[in-house]
Amino acid sequence: MSTILLIEQTLNGLQFGVMLFLMAAGLTLIFGVMGLINLAHGSLYMIGAFAAAAVAAATGSFILALIGSLIAAAIAGVIVEMTVIRRLYDRDHLDQVLATFALILIFSEGTRWVFGSFPLFLDKPAWLSGTVMLPFGIEYSLYRLTIILIGLAVAGGLFWMIARTRIGIQIRAGENDREMIGALGVNISRLYTLVFALGAALAGFAGALIGAIQSVQVGMGEPVLILAFVVIVIGGIGSIKGALVGAILVGLTDTLGRLLLPQFFGLFMDASAATSVGSSLSSMLIYILMAGVLLFKPSGLFGGGH
Amino acid sequence: MKRETILNAALLLILLAIPLWAQSADEPFIITLTTRAVIFAIAGVGLNFALGFGGLVSFGHAAFFGIGGYAMGILAYHAQTYTPLMEWPFVIEGTKSMPVIWLVAIITSAIVAVALGALSLRTSGVYFIMITLAFAQMFFFFTISWPTYGGEDGLSIYIRNDFPGLNTMDPIQFYAICYVILLLVLFFVYRAAHSPFGLALSAARQNEDRIQAIGQGPYRLYLTAYVISGAITGLAGALFADLNRFVSPTMFSWQTSGEIMIFVILGGVGRVFGPVAGAALFILLEHQLGGLSEFWHIYLGAILLGVVLFARGGLFGFIAGREVAHD
Amino acid sequence: MTDAILDVCGISKSFGALKASDNITLNLRPGEIHALIGPNGAGKSTLIKQVAGGLTPDSGTVHFAGQDVTRLSTAARAQLGMGRTFQISSLAMEFTVLQNVVLGALGRRGDVFRFFKPVMRDKELLQQAHTALEQVGLEDFHAFRTSELSHGQRRQLEVAVALTLEPKAFLMDEPMAGLGAEGTERLTDFLDGLRHRAPILLVEHDMDAVFALADRVSVLVYGEIIATGSVDDIRGNPIVRTAYLGEEDAA
Repeated sequence: MSTILLIEQTLNGLQFGVMLFLMAAGLTLIFGVMGLINLAHGSLYMIGAFAAAAVAAATGSFILALIGSLIAAAIAGVIVEMTVIRRLYDRDHLDQVLATFALILIFSEGTRWVFGSFPLFLDKPAWLSGTVMLPFGIEYSLYRLTIILIGLAVAGGLFWMIARTRIGIQIRAGENDREMIGALGVNISRLYTLVFALGAALAGFAGALIGAIQSVQVGMGEPVLILAFVVIVIGGIGSIKGALVGAILVGLTDTLGRLLLPQFFGLFMDASAATSVGSSLSSMLIYILMAGVLLFKPSGLFGGGH
Repeated sequence: MKRETILNAALLLILLAIPLWAQSADEPFIITLTTRAVIFAIAGVGLNFALGFGGLVSFGHAAFFGIGGYAMGILAYHAQTYTPLMEWPFVIEGTKSMPVIWLVAIITSAIVAVALGALSLRTSGVYFIMITLAFAQMFFFFTISWPTYGGEDGLSIYIRNDFPGLNTMDPIQFYAICYVILLLVLFFVYRAAHSPFGLALSAARQNEDRIQAIGQGPYRLYLTAYVISGAITGLAGALFADLNRFVSPTMFSWQTSGEIMIFVILGGVGRVFGPVAGAALFILLEHQLGGLSEFWHIYLGAILLGVVLFARGGLFGFIAGREVAHD
Repeated sequence: MTDAILDVCGISKSFGALKASDNITLNLRPGEIHALIGPNGAGKSTLIKQVAGGLTPDSGTVHFAGQDVTRLSTAARAQLGMGRTFQISSLAMEFTVLQNVVLGALGRRGDVFRFFKPVMRDKELLQQAHTALEQVGLEDFHAFRTSELSHGQRRQLEVAVALTLEPKAFLMDEPMAGLGAEGTERLTDFLDGLRHRAPILLVEHDMDAVFALADRVSVLVYGEIIATGSVDDIRGNPIVRTAYLGEEDAA
């Protein structure tokens, strides 16, 4: 195996991780501030992707498509928060799971109804196509590299926002003590809507960025949602830092596992058996990672005592 | 007699009357539909044991449904291809015998439930929900990428498995098997709910401090409930696979977990017979709304949302009153 | 002190800079009521949790019935015979009153992992449950749903459940709170007799009850036991008066 392939796959893992972070960050914020588990987060990811595909088809501009994904997902988030989600804050987790599961059904079928069952395609723009030369003679997809940089920039922006801005202070206060922010004179219901919209926008943005690599279709959100859950379990709920570390761990483990495990089994098995054992085991690898974290740190790597 | 008892009896009678009528009216499709409802009911009764009585919100019961399904699929596949399942260290042959398959489905699901439960019950609340969901997804991806048993395409079993003295290919006879199993499962769960274990489990759900103060750790209670729950749902999975004569990774999908949960919720959480009503209602909705619109999941979603937001307690709560009877 | 049933020896527990328990030593001897008093925030809850389970001290040991229980779970300590009542009622609120008490009797008998026997028809458990309800004066309410009970009745039910456990010692966290004058008097009488069945470590705010019942009193202030002695000793102790009683006596 060449070093170049290994580095390339590491970068792919990083790109995957960064995308998972955009999903997990919203989920973990929403849980941390409002105590809500939102299964419909995957639907917001899907809405972002569809909105981007629709805008790109209409205008031909990728930038506008990305902006469209942010706006569409944020608006969908605000509507859902104001009509359904805010009735769930005081409910138990079972109700939250069921109601947001119901939202998945409605969003998925609604999207199928509007756009049909066939996948849409969102092309990456010409100026981001092709490859870029990295040091040590590594050729890498410019688009994927851009995703990594955008993701890291968003992560940096989130950390900055939470550490430095007024909204950030309110969010942190909300995570520590829900009654306190009321006492501070913060408009709680507006803060909640805002946090939910922020999480939704991040998810929608992730959906649009990924939509240009994979196809845009109904049901694309839930597998990513479940991986984001794995990220949160590993990182610790309510922690943005945990979400970032967990996401990159999951991204790298999954991508490198798929590369390395078949080769590892190839050392003492024949090629086809090694491929089949290796690939089925590597599909389980991140869950094994999650199980390992649960064994040693049940509340996650950066989890407090929720 | 309490309203809940009357409702229970009515449910069982309806589930008996419909296929008998369908048999006389020569409507085998209706029989198959009712069989589906009964098998879903068993799966739901299984989940309800953990969810309703123990308060364990498992969003991953598809794992057990799928394991039960693949237990049937793998055993029957080896029997129909005349290849042994295992040759070393000792030979295990496939089988077409339903009782053996059920036993294997129950035991395998229980073993997996011990492992998954021991890990997931180290946490609680949302963590538990996310972890159970994730582990079920692990099985989903594993079966997709494991080519031996059909991978993504699944496994077809050409002839339904055997039950001594019955022709299982006859819809009504297969229905009878499923119905009797449902009765047995309901009987067991009813007794368990009113047993010392049921009392302690319910107390643990309501107040963990209390159960510790009487000298019992909640973890063992939860784990036991989770294992029983998984084993019952696994049995349902084996029956479901036999009904369709087909297993595929779909049985492990998160949608399956969600649907099993819907059976419990539509019927009424924590009622022994709740999932029976819920599964029957689900099949009815699927049939009626599915005929109305190809996008019937929108209506299902709206109904579910309505039940959660405005009618906690489901069908049983609506008809038999909100209070859960305990003795 | 070999005859003490409960022996807390030099336990300390800190939360960050806060010393919630500072080298606390106290014990409980057969036949006595040992009251633990102290102002709010003195660290009573922290101490109770280290004795009953739920918190492990940073240093020091807790011995119960001859065993080191410092690191045992709450459930294991209960099995050894620690009968606890909670400051905030910890009952199964959906259950009937009778079910809660039967649960206690079941815990005492220990055969929880039985799946087929109707528990509410178990004559032995029912008899123990009814006896306990009679003793605390709740028998007339046995068919009530626990959530329908008044605050004071829930307190009585807590005590009834503890009775069914037939513990070697009781650990009661403010059993009088919210009882009203008549209820307090009744419970005081009842506890007075109960000490001969098993000794009681009594955390209580009601000074009249404490002074009427206690054989010994320990005073906890800022995580430290500043005095232990008879009721008269404590009343006359100048340190206690300034540190604690002074505030109340001044009224």
